[in-house]
Amino acid sequence: MNHSRSQKKDLYDSPDYYLLDELLTEEHKLIRASVREWVKKELSPVIEDFAQRAEFPRYLIPGLAAIGAFGPTIPVEYGGAGLDYTAYGIIMQELERGDSGIRSTASVQGSLVMYPIYAFGSEEQKQKYLPKLAAGEMMGCFGLTEPDFGSNPGGMVTSFKDAGDYVVLNGAKLWISNAPFADIAVVWAKNEEGVVHGLIVERGMEGFSTPETHQKWSLRASATGELVFDQVKVPKANILPGVKGLKGPLSCLNQARYGIAWGALGAAMDCYDTALRYSKERVQFDRPIGGFQLQQKKLAEMITEITKGQLLVWRLGILKSENRATPEQISMAKRNSVEVALDIARQARQMLGGMGITGEYPIMRHMMNLESVVTYEGTHDIHLLITGMDVTGFNAFK
Amino acid sequence: MKILVCMSNVPDTTTKITFTSDHKQFNAAGVQFILNPYDELALARAIELTEGGKGTVTVIHVGEASSDPTIRKALAIGADDAVRIDSPAIDAFFTASQVAAYAKDKGFDLVLTGRESIDHNGAQVPAMIGELLGIPSVSIIKKLVIDGTTGILEREIEGGKEIVHVPLPFIASCAEGVAEPKIPNMRGIMSARTKPLSVVTVTEAPVLTSIEKYETPVPRGAVKMVAADDVAKLVGLLHTEAKVI
Ligand SMILES: Cc1cc2nc3c(=O)[nH]c(=O)nc-3n(C[C@H](O)[C@H](O)[C@H](O)COP(=O)(O)OP(=O)(O)OC[C@H]3O[C@@H](n4cnc5c(N)ncnc54)[C@H](O)[C@@H]3O)c2cc1C
Repeated sequence: MNHSRSQKKDLYDSPDYYLLDELLTEEHKLIRASVREWVKKELSPVIEDFAQRAEFPRYLIPGLAAIGAFGPTIPVEYGGAGLDYTAYGIIMQELERGDSGIRSTASVQGSLVMYPIYAFGSEEQKQKYLPKLAAGEMMGCFGLTEPDFGSNPGGMVTSFKDAGDYVVLNGAKLWISNAPFADIAVVWAKNEEGVVHGLIVERGMEGFSTPETHQKWSLRASATGELVFDQVKVPKANILPGVKGLKGPLSCLNQARYGIAWGALGAAMDCYDTALRYSKERVQFDRPIGGFQLQQKKLAEMITEITKGQLLVWRLGILKSENRATPEQISMAKRNSVEVALDIARQARQMLGGMGITGEYPIMRHMMNLESVVTYEGTHDIHLLITGMDVTGFNAFK
Repeated sequence: MKILVCMSNVPDTTTKITFTSDHKQFNAAGVQFILNPYDELALARAIELTEGGKGTVTVIHVGEASSDPTIRKALAIGADDAVRIDSPAIDAFFTASQVAAYAKDKGFDLVLTGRESIDHNGAQVPAMIGELLGIPSVSIIKKLVIDGTTGILEREIEGGKEIVHVPLPFIASCAEGVAEPKIPNMRGIMSARTKPLSVVTVTEAPVLTSIEKYETPVPRGAVKMVAADDVAKLVGLLHTEAKVI
């Protein structure tokens, strides 16, 4: 393998200021410990190198599948683990603690590819794709965003026309995670009546290409690309029969946003843990910098926000498992966790001084990653509008 | 092949060790317990030896119900079933007696343990089990291969290594090199839910030791720097402060 391994030991431990571990089951804790061990052993030693070289560590896919990163809430008969949403959140949190890009790959596979096939697919589609996706033998991507339609996906222009046994798909999607290597794409496009449908487009179909997006400063260890459809003939059997309209893609985003709400806190905790450790070891003016009030203020605020965020996602997990979490509640948690994580990353980075900008420590990487996380799956602004509309009843989107 | 793996539940390696106020007991409050790392090696090798239907692995633990999450982890890693002898592991002989009493009529071909548990570091249990069961016992092995009915074990000795051939059944205590520890995967975690964990009542056994007192080591003093050319000062400090010359 042509990458270098860091010899530095990953000492991460998650803060639990309000003894929230007591609210988890033994199985939740075993899952968390196992994913954390995997991240420490397989991901932490190589992630910096992959991020610096802007390469996705593809060889980790079987390992990610083995630890249950792909569709853990999907029922066992389709290759999932049938776990509850708290377990799903925990897995995303541990992965994003390692790197948001790796978590993104898992989110896309589980929430944006497996979920719509499971929720809206035909029995044949479920049998054909889900077990392979769960095992990581097949990778997927999710095409919603277009060059001219990001926050406003309803305006999409990608469309398909009926041609008998198949449809002919034309258009392009931009900013698509996993696109460069995905075997299939769940693509949202309009039919001749302008109604949005989901289509499973397979690599190899004529006229379908996935050029990679280069020169990102964020999510560098995740592969991002375009989906270009030039008269692609997609069999009708590849259309998801169970949903039409924007509800389809939005319900997928709901799943993924839920995972991000947990995940971003993972990045926040890694930054906090790193800064706290550093503050006890780094001596200036003859004392550890953790002894200075200004540094303590930063740490005190970080752990407070982390603790509030942990409580929020824990409760959201229960609501989600009971099928009672509203899209608005999930939106609030996604926005809050990412904002908290970004603030913490910025503060933590400063606490490490010059060391904070290097790849010796994970903080700058998290900070840059989080700029994507605050943008995708609904920007921070869009989530504010969602909450705003929910509490006032007025639509401020347009 | 039927393998029995002994496991203990020990404080996480990063635990800050404290004692109860009378210094007679370890203070377990708020402490995270883990599967003893050396036992993980034994378990990993046992699973390798039995993979593909070549046998079964049973884990045995002497301890209370609070150890069950750690036992579940062993099942998630890949043991087929587990036995917990429902009693605190009072001392080495008591613990060995429990394991031997359970194992004596079960026909295990091989018993594996870690080289020591990282809490008390006694390293006595394996040899005691061997003695009580009347089977050969080999300590601190670095490699373990089974060839027919013979175990071929490698031990590290002063200036080299020792290869030991020993007939089944035997007991061996495992150290680094025997196997790589395994991380439980999702399939393992799910199947651990339904694997049997039987709780067995304790057998009468003598307790041969009692704890007088626990102490933590004296904290290490700060490093003193002496200029490289000031030999007289160094000698003086070694003599008057460190009192080693
Ligand atoms: C690394 C990365 C990976 C991604 N992966 C995927 C993927 O796998 N699949 C996919 O479909 N998409 C993906 N995206 C796309 C992502 O979802 C979009 O970038 C996001 O929805 C924002 O769209 P946009 O970039 O077009 O920004 P725009 O929508 O153009 O927004 C620009 C700015 O305007 C603001 N704004 C927009 N509308 C309003 C309004 N009504 N009121 C106030 N402010 C407003 C926004 O908040 C933002 O600040 C990814 C993006 C990135 C960066």
